[in-house]
Amino acid sequence: MCLAVPVKIVSLDGDEAETEIAGVRRRVSIVFTPEAKVGDYVLLHTGYAIGVIDEAEAEETLKLLEEIASLSEVH
Amino acid sequence: MKFIDEYQDSKLARGLARKIAQRSTKTIRVMEFCGGHTHAILRYGIRQLVPKTVEMKSGPGCPVCVTATADLDKAIALAHLPDVIITTFGDMIRVPGSYSSLQKAKAEGADVRIVYSTTDAVEIAKANPVKSVIFIGIGFETTAPTIAASILKAQQEKIENFYVLSLNKLTPPVMKALLDSGEVKLDGIVCPGHVSVIIGSHPYEFIPKDYGVACVISGFEPLDILLCIDKLVEQIEKGESKVEIAYPRGVKPEGNRKARQLMEDIFKIGEANWRGIGIVPQSGLKIRKKYEQFDADKAFSVSLRPPREPKGCRCGDVIRGAATPLECKLFGKACTPESPVGPCMVSSEGACAAYYQYGIPENLQDF
Amino acid sequence: MDDSILLAHGSGGKLSHELVEKKFLPFLANPALNKLDDSAIFEASGRLAFTTDGYVVNPIFFPGGDIGKLAVCGTVNDLAMNGAKPLYLSLSAIIEEGFLLSELERIVQSIKKAVEEAEVSIITGDTKVVNRGQADKLFITTSGVGIISPGVDISGANARAGDKVLLSGTIGDHGIAIMSQRAGLKFSMTLKSDCAPLNKLVSQMLDISSRIHCMRDPTRGGLATTLNELARQSKVGIVVEETKIPVKEEVKAACELLGLDPIYVANEGKLVAIVDPADADKILARMRKNRYGRDAAIIGEVTKEHPGKVVMKTKLGPSRIVDMLSGELLPRIC
Repeated sequence: MCLAVPVKIVSLDGDEAETEIAGVRRRVSIVFTPEAKVGDYVLLHTGYAIGVIDEAEAEETLKLLEEIASLSEVH
Repeated sequence: MKFIDEYQDSKLARGLARKIAQRSTKTIRVMEFCGGHTHAILRYGIRQLVPKTVEMKSGPGCPVCVTATADLDKAIALAHLPDVIITTFGDMIRVPGSYSSLQKAKAEGADVRIVYSTTDAVEIAKANPVKSVIFIGIGFETTAPTIAASILKAQQEKIENFYVLSLNKLTPPVMKALLDSGEVKLDGIVCPGHVSVIIGSHPYEFIPKDYGVACVISGFEPLDILLCIDKLVEQIEKGESKVEIAYPRGVKPEGNRKARQLMEDIFKIGEANWRGIGIVPQSGLKIRKKYEQFDADKAFSVSLRPPREPKGCRCGDVIRGAATPLECKLFGKACTPESPVGPCMVSSEGACAAYYQYGIPENLQDF
Repeated sequence: MDDSILLAHGSGGKLSHELVEKKFLPFLANPALNKLDDSAIFEASGRLAFTTDGYVVNPIFFPGGDIGKLAVCGTVNDLAMNGAKPLYLSLSAIIEEGFLLSELERIVQSIKKAVEEAEVSIITGDTKVVNRGQADKLFITTSGVGIISPGVDISGANARAGDKVLLSGTIGDHGIAIMSQRAGLKFSMTLKSDCAPLNKLVSQMLDISSRIHCMRDPTRGGLATTLNELARQSKVGIVVEETKIPVKEEVKAACELLGLDPIYVANEGKLVAIVDPADADKILARMRKNRYGRDAAIIGEVTKEHPGKVVMKTKLGPSRIVDMLSGELLPRIC
């Protein structure tokens, strides 16, 4: 479990936010992510943002994957 | 789509697959405990990307599949009560109970509606004040906070006709139950990604500590799952076992405190009945007395016939990882997505449905 | 006339006649229909194709179309998929008492536009009214007659090993456009249904090549179901490549949000064609010149392996089976 999709916060409105992913917009509840700001990406699960995506960590993971790809090629 | 597409890159996937193959010398068995992972593993062909030394098993990760037949029978019985509207997530509607299903109940005239979010269920309650709106509360820790939020909302807005049938379950206790049973020997666990967004990584620490099993929390894109397998292989090859997060963009060690606070406010922990496993202590969420006006169990009573399992159905074994769908005699013959015998074939996260839908070509002769 | 449909509009009396004469005839006028005889008379010789379909879509108005446009395009396309040139349609409407006349007018306008684009005529029709609650606003049934030129032999059973599988454009547009209107899903997008008449596209394809073996429009059940139907009918295997299947970004995003796979989502303005490999490229080039084939692509081929089964080579490399849709397409949470 569970389907949660990364969506971008476009605007805030109290404990809700207008979010967007590839042109699709949806209003979500941010009661569990009150710290979310416009421009942040949150994980959307059944109408609620359950966490804010850590973009720095996302970058790190991709870097790690790139390293692994180039290292394993050498062998 | 950002944070999705990058983690589907085939060059990076091949790189990871190579590394895992180079690194993996021992034959190991790992299990995923999340229906979303079962689905993704089959959809992206992960088993074909990892070496044969890594055996992957599916565990009880599908909230629909692990709902006890007796509980489903109760939901169906509630659907037949006068002036009741049942609201449920889509996955539940086709699962066969002992004698019927929510879909059959709907065809017989019951008001059963599929909702995407618990807030929809609350809105249906507001729009239908003379009816009782019961939400079938399945799911694990990812969904529990949203169900809690709906109860709070109903209380705040003084909505008196909204109820929840609380069938929410917890993940770490069922992991413990499976490890205790010793039925399937595991070397590593692919820990659920979005459950962990809520609960963090600490609740899994007993697993390496008490059982010596490696735990890595995984995301849902193919690169996330491969990275998780990579870390599991690393740990096991080194003879280590610890809890690691291979999904750091989503999961923090402390999880989401706000979500957990709300869960604790609304729910208390009790035993739960898991299909195929039985009663697992401290593994279910029940609504606290403070909010008992929203508890469908307290507000309604239905008489039920004894639950019965369909003959030959091995869903229980499949749920525990003791059998693969291919090992069930009914798979693909008497039991297909059109005419499912058990829940594992109905729910899109069920192992049987995933195997049937995404089967690998080598298994074609089994269909 | 009043604002909404009354039972009397279906009773065959004065109001019924007014309904046909004021709300339908002015927009769909043609010599046969204008006669308003019990049956329409026409001449045709050669192999005729005949099809019928009921349309019960909900909501009846959706981005990119409505039930009227769907009813015309769906039947026109069914004829076109067998290589027939669509000629005449019948239109039967079952209307719920209380249905707004203004909405009926909109739908008839939409039918008029579709019929004009497809260059067909509705030569006979019927309207009935049922009590409130006995029909979900409006149900439409259209039947259609078309003519097949000599030498054209297109059937789901004609695919042969080595044939190429062509798809006329992006998948999932219609189903997602419909779902975006469903209460509770609450997402908004600019996506429109792809509902369109494909008979001209088909006739252009047939002009280029006589070696088109199968054609089908992937409506309910999506591309996956259609490919499976063709594989079963022809008793062949089909292999497709995931990366070659065109999908709009918005459709991908909506599918992510709902936990759906675009290959199972309905389309109303697309076709799958299985053609001789020698002609595949030139048929593709011709398709791309038509506005409804701009994103056409060769997505796979027919094999003698695994007859009756469809296999997809996924993005990352491994292959998996693609089965037909079973049950309904339901959003999932997991």
